[in-house]
Amino acid sequence: MFGRNRAKASANGAQGLPGISTTGRRAGTFCLLLIVALAVQATRVQVFQADSLNHNVANQRLTVERFRQPRGNILVAGQPITGSVATGGRYDYKRTYTDGSRYAAITGYSSQTYGNSQLEGVYDELLSGTDNRLAGWALWDEIARRQNPGGDVYTTIDKAAQQAATEGLNGQKGAVAAIEPATGRILALATTPSYDPGALAGSSGSDQAAWGRLQADTNQPMLNRALRQIYPPGSTFKVVTAAAALADGVVNDIQAGTGAPYPYVMPGTTTPLVNDTGACNSPDLSLDTAMTYSCNSVMGYLGVRTGLDKMAAMAENFGFNDPRLDIPVRAARSNFDTRMNQSQVALSSIGQYDTAATPLVMAMVAAGVADNGTVMYPQLVDKLARSDGTAVQVMKPAVYRKAMTAPVAAQVQQLMTDVVENGTGRNARIGGATVGGKTGTAQHGVDNTGTPYAWFISWAKPGGSRDVPPVAVAVVIADSSATDVTGGGLAAPIAKSVMQSILDNGR
Amino acid sequence: MASPSAAARSGAPVARPVKSRRNTELALVLGAVLVAVLGYVEVGVNIDGKVPPGAAAYGIALGVLALLAHGVIRWKAEYADPLLLPIAILLNGIGLVVIYRLDRATPKSEAAPTQLLWSTLGVALFIGVVVVLRDHKILQRYAYIGALVALVLLILPIFFPPVYGSRIWITVGPLSFQPGEFAKILLAVFFAAYLAVHRDALALTGRRIWRFQLPRGRVLGPVLLIWAAFVGVLVLETDLGTSLLFFGLFVVMLYVATARSGWIAIGLFLAAVGAVAVGWLSPHVHSRVTDWLDPLASISAGQGANQIAQSLFAFAWGGVLGAGLGLGHSILIGFAAKSDFILATIGEELGLVGLVAILLLYALLISRGFRTGIALKDPFGRLLAIGLAAIVGLQVFVVAGGVLGLIPLTGMTLPFVAQGGSSVVTNWIIVALLVRMSDIARRPLPEGE
Repeated sequence: MFGRNRAKASANGAQGLPGISTTGRRAGTFCLLLIVALAVQATRVQVFQADSLNHNVANQRLTVERFRQPRGNILVAGQPITGSVATGGRYDYKRTYTDGSRYAAITGYSSQTYGNSQLEGVYDELLSGTDNRLAGWALWDEIARRQNPGGDVYTTIDKAAQQAATEGLNGQKGAVAAIEPATGRILALATTPSYDPGALAGSSGSDQAAWGRLQADTNQPMLNRALRQIYPPGSTFKVVTAAAALADGVVNDIQAGTGAPYPYVMPGTTTPLVNDTGACNSPDLSLDTAMTYSCNSVMGYLGVRTGLDKMAAMAENFGFNDPRLDIPVRAARSNFDTRMNQSQVALSSIGQYDTAATPLVMAMVAAGVADNGTVMYPQLVDKLARSDGTAVQVMKPAVYRKAMTAPVAAQVQQLMTDVVENGTGRNARIGGATVGGKTGTAQHGVDNTGTPYAWFISWAKPGGSRDVPPVAVAVVIADSSATDVTGGGLAAPIAKSVMQSILDNGR
Repeated sequence: MASPSAAARSGAPVARPVKSRRNTELALVLGAVLVAVLGYVEVGVNIDGKVPPGAAAYGIALGVLALLAHGVIRWKAEYADPLLLPIAILLNGIGLVVIYRLDRATPKSEAAPTQLLWSTLGVALFIGVVVVLRDHKILQRYAYIGALVALVLLILPIFFPPVYGSRIWITVGPLSFQPGEFAKILLAVFFAAYLAVHRDALALTGRRIWRFQLPRGRVLGPVLLIWAAFVGVLVLETDLGTSLLFFGLFVVMLYVATARSGWIAIGLFLAAVGAVAVGWLSPHVHSRVTDWLDPLASISAGQGANQIAQSLFAFAWGGVLGAGLGLGHSILIGFAAKSDFILATIGEELGLVGLVAILLLYALLISRGFRTGIALKDPFGRLLAIGLAAIVGLQVFVVAGGVLGLIPLTGMTLPFVAQGGSSVVTNWIIVALLVRMSDIARRPLPEGE
């Protein structure tokens, strides 16, 4: 090499240099090594870098593939509330929505530009057909890259209840959550102001404009207030306090005097807990009276008597402090502080201080009481199915927590019934039905100057029925323009019409 | 089983008969046509859900071409290597299928019918070469004239308008072709002829500087001159791929002829210097080098994916098993998807498995070429066969390495597969020469000799 002559066995070239047989073989080996280098590089790109290249932002393949076939549908009462339409553009199919704004809190959106949210997001793989449970032969389909038709999502939503909730809210900032207490099935999930997810489903300029408008809107139409927003629950939280006090034995007879002083000065402070009505301004009121007239002084006193630990435990039985409440769309974490002094416990027991809840969790409070103390896990979906209707997964009711014994629950039910019969919740009365409820008018803002949140939670069953009530509901109205904002005045009528719609179904 | 053992027992000397292997070739050729037709059908089934109407016509056209070529080999080159023709048919057939598939995504510019026409012309020339050229040694006589013609062919496009930044096309009416493609055969013939005569002088005479033995200027001069002329022309035409190919061919053939590995060192050094110089001077080339160094840079710069990035996306989407013919999105590559970037479609729709199968076909073709060279007796034929095989190997590496991001991208066609008339015709001639030479190499000596 390099001029030095090396005698080779195969040498037949001049002066002992290797001949063409040898050099030809070497050159041939070199050429084959070039091919090997190509195969190695191909393996790098197609195997080891494939995943990151497939997910590169500039790679349109995933998006093109996603919209290649009509998307599966989301159904309410067996009827699709979504659809797909051929676009004729680069992305073959676009999402459409029937009554989009009414169901937006449930469906969310599926956009060629902005991705997916809510059920569209949670079940994206099923809806777009990539969920391998859709396949008859998963492994073979994977190999053949066979695309299955998108699967369908059957929701638990009741059409009439959803309509009643949306129409009741009537565009005010607020939300409704309704649950079937015995199963946890969510019957209505409404939020207003809402938006039409179909307006941003495509990739055109008008879709982008619609998105921009919605994002800039100070009323936050894309905020799911039923699920993703927490509000101080105010007096509706007194149901939890009453349940805790009864379960703990602080109160045994709802008609007997509780020993609560009046005025009640919060421990460690000089501040009395004031009431909204004179009916509350006496010592030793019964729990029933305190609930009927929503007496802050009595309930604050009982909360402190029950104690922080028992109060927090009861709140958590209903879904408070659960960061992963998935229905399957994840709900925001409702809060009940676990480190407080006694005056803070007193305030928290009447749904103020740091206590804050989603409408969903307050509906769970009403549902848990209605279901004789058993809180069911809230579920938005009945079943997942293939496009031919065969089930992929059927959801079964699941117990979330056993919050209280049936006798305690019966006492709380009595308290709530009295609220509707005789107290602040009279607006929710339904002829021929037994209704239990609790109003709430929660202060918020700096020095409580904000428009109060008007709450109402309730359940209802046909009069004389010994079954578990078929519906429990929570309603919140935030920032109402009404002059006299109270839960009983603003929220109770909406709850009533939602409950009424379910009771009518049963007839 | 009985007769050989009987012969062995009888102790009679038995010459092992040379088998022509023509029936093996026929079976392989029919298999190649079948694979191509199935690919064509798969495109239609995957895109339209039914067998495409042209499938039978395509199968018949390819089958007739294949059988004609095979018949001519039976008739005129009975002992030719039986793998050469089937590999060429299969690669050409797959190329037509992939171009047809890409046509489906670009209905306004169909390329497959034209490509089939060029393939027909290629097979016609294949037949012509096998019939007319009885002995490759005849070519040795025309080596210098050939080199001159090649030079003219390379200079001609300078007088035609540039296409996509390169002056490598001659356009006459609707027809356009790249003369550089034909020039590479003429150049290989010239190098083989020259080196066959002067290889001893090149290897052994001349001054020695440090550890390098340099040949005398008189011997090396003409080669260097021709080579410099070629490369100079190519740089002027900014066709870097062809320059790289010619340069590699030159170095490989020089090494095979002289066994001086010093040539490789000098060659690589010159190539490096040339590459750096061109990289600095030509913005066209410079951008390709930066694209190669970081194919995804334009994405992070917010300018979207460049062609190399799109090509890598296509390969990645194919993964191991591929998306299936007609089910990929390689059309996103845009310009030159059917020619320079056709391998990306193969990678995307046939996967790593299909891509490696194609690479193995090339490896087989190349190794049969080298084997032919080694089996031949005359130095010219040996060098020519090796040179032609090296052309295929280098060309595959330059184009495939470019689209795979292994080396900077230089415009080249994938032999037999990519869209491009001059390319497919030239490759058929290369295979015809290899068929002729392998026939001579394997042919049994006539009786009495």
